Amino acid sequence: MLLIPCPWCGPRPENEFRYGGQANLTRPAASADDAARGAYLYLRDNPRGRHQERWRHRHGCGRFFNCVRDTVTDRIASTSKIGSL
Amino acid sequence: MENAARFSFLSLLRHGTGKVWDRQWRDAQPKASYGVVIVGAGGHGLATAYYLAKEHGIRDIAVLEKGWLGGGNTGRNTTIIRSNYLQPESADLYEHALKLWETLSQDLNYNVMYSPRGVLMLAHTHHDVQVFRRHVQANRLQGIDNEWLTPAQAKVFCPPLDISAEVRFPVLGAALQRRGGVARHDAVAWGYARAASAMGVDIIQNCAVTGFSRSAAGAVTGVETTRGPIAAGRIGVVTAGHTSVVMAMAGVRMPLESFPLQALVSEPVKPVLPCVVMSNTVHAYISQSDKGELVIGGGTDAYTSYSQAGGLHVTRATLAAVCELFPSFRRLRMLRNWGGIVDTTPDRSPIIGLTPVPGLFVNCGWGTGGFKATPGSGHVFAATIARGEPHPIAAPFSLDRFCAGRLINEEAAAAVAH
Repeated sequence: MLLIPCPWCGPRPENEFRYGGQANLTRPAASADDAARGAYLYLRDNPRGRHQERWRHRHGCGRFFNCVRDTVTDRIASTSKIGSL
Repeated sequence: MENAARFSFLSLLRHGTGKVWDRQWRDAQPKASYGVVIVGAGGHGLATAYYLAKEHGIRDIAVLEKGWLGGGNTGRNTTIIRSNYLQPESADLYEHALKLWETLSQDLNYNVMYSPRGVLMLAHTHHDVQVFRRHVQANRLQGIDNEWLTPAQAKVFCPPLDISAEVRFPVLGAALQRRGGVARHDAVAWGYARAASAMGVDIIQNCAVTGFSRSAAGAVTGVETTRGPIAAGRIGVVTAGHTSVVMAMAGVRMPLESFPLQALVSEPVKPVLPCVVMSNTVHAYISQSDKGELVIGGGTDAYTSYSQAGGLHVTRATLAAVCELFPSFRRLRMLRNWGGIVDTTPDRSPIIGLTPVPGLFVNCGWGTGGFKATPGSGHVFAATIARGEPHPIAAPFSLDRFCAGRLINEEAAAAVAH
């Protein structure tokens, strides 16, 4: 089980959190074509290594935050409040 | 068979006198060039090479494997075979595979130990009952066997099951596919490897792909590997949990996320569990191997990872569920626990077909349930590579369905909830 440092609450066990997928996906404009819309909805980097992602402290403060984690070691490099990654 | 001797009753008798068995497939060295390169020597990749050679006359094939043959998810899954999915496209695909399973040992001249002992899917909630009964009806319309059992009937089919009403997740009924079952996962890789190798396919281990070479027009012309460049006109990527990583080398972003999925086996015991039992709601699936071990599959971790381990709390939840369903299993000791990296798609259906890069094909996204599809997957992917256009069964599973919006939702049929 991961020990995840919530930027508001400090380190807490993984089962207090919900994984929110890749961070910093930008919603396309309303005029975007199918390819751009499909990419936004479904395409993901899914890297082996450093990954920027979102988590939510569901059973704590309830807030979303950003996290940088290595997907091979599962080590968390840093977490930060939304908008500061 | 050109190289390996054919298995028969006579050959068994002959070897019974102490003759050492020959190696069953060639451990090939890479050549400079092939007609087709398959990346990944798991079950799906080896099956693809086999059907390319057998049905399409393409024998100038290399199957490249970064580790050892069948050492990825082929050797890590819980070997369950069934075809009781919901959507018509899925029914065609998985039933195509199931029909191939039924004659695979004869076809390969290699015993893959396919055992149609029945797959029992438990319903624990009112919602489960509704969903599974809908699946039963859909499957019967598709011509696929699936039947609804009351708790008492489920108990008759699977005696160790606890159907008492006071447990945390009572059994309210079950869907049974009698033609479902298990096969020996290693034997599937070995059988396809042996048969493909005998037709001239080179299986090259310890050969990781590190990049793709491209023509001026953008088409693939070969792969860069840890054992040097290998030219190829057509390349099929069949790398399961690492598909995003391999496809990124070709500049293609995939609709995939990779998660660790865990399994474990118990110490071997006398025959106690006559069928496969699955429970989506409590995240457990279980069968007994021919060695007597209980083979138990659990859930995925909540987050993407390539760790091939997974969190122990996930397995603890699985074991709690198994012990509640089967109180007599409480005293069993567990021997091994491991993880495999599964590539899940947004609609829990696989991706089989062409890519935006000419000459590059992909077969991935099997998520938590790829083993059952191995023969069908290889069969339709081989046809897709040979003809340069999707096999009719593979066509709905194209990569571009995620732009077109024609998703094939199998979230309820996938063994592991996400």
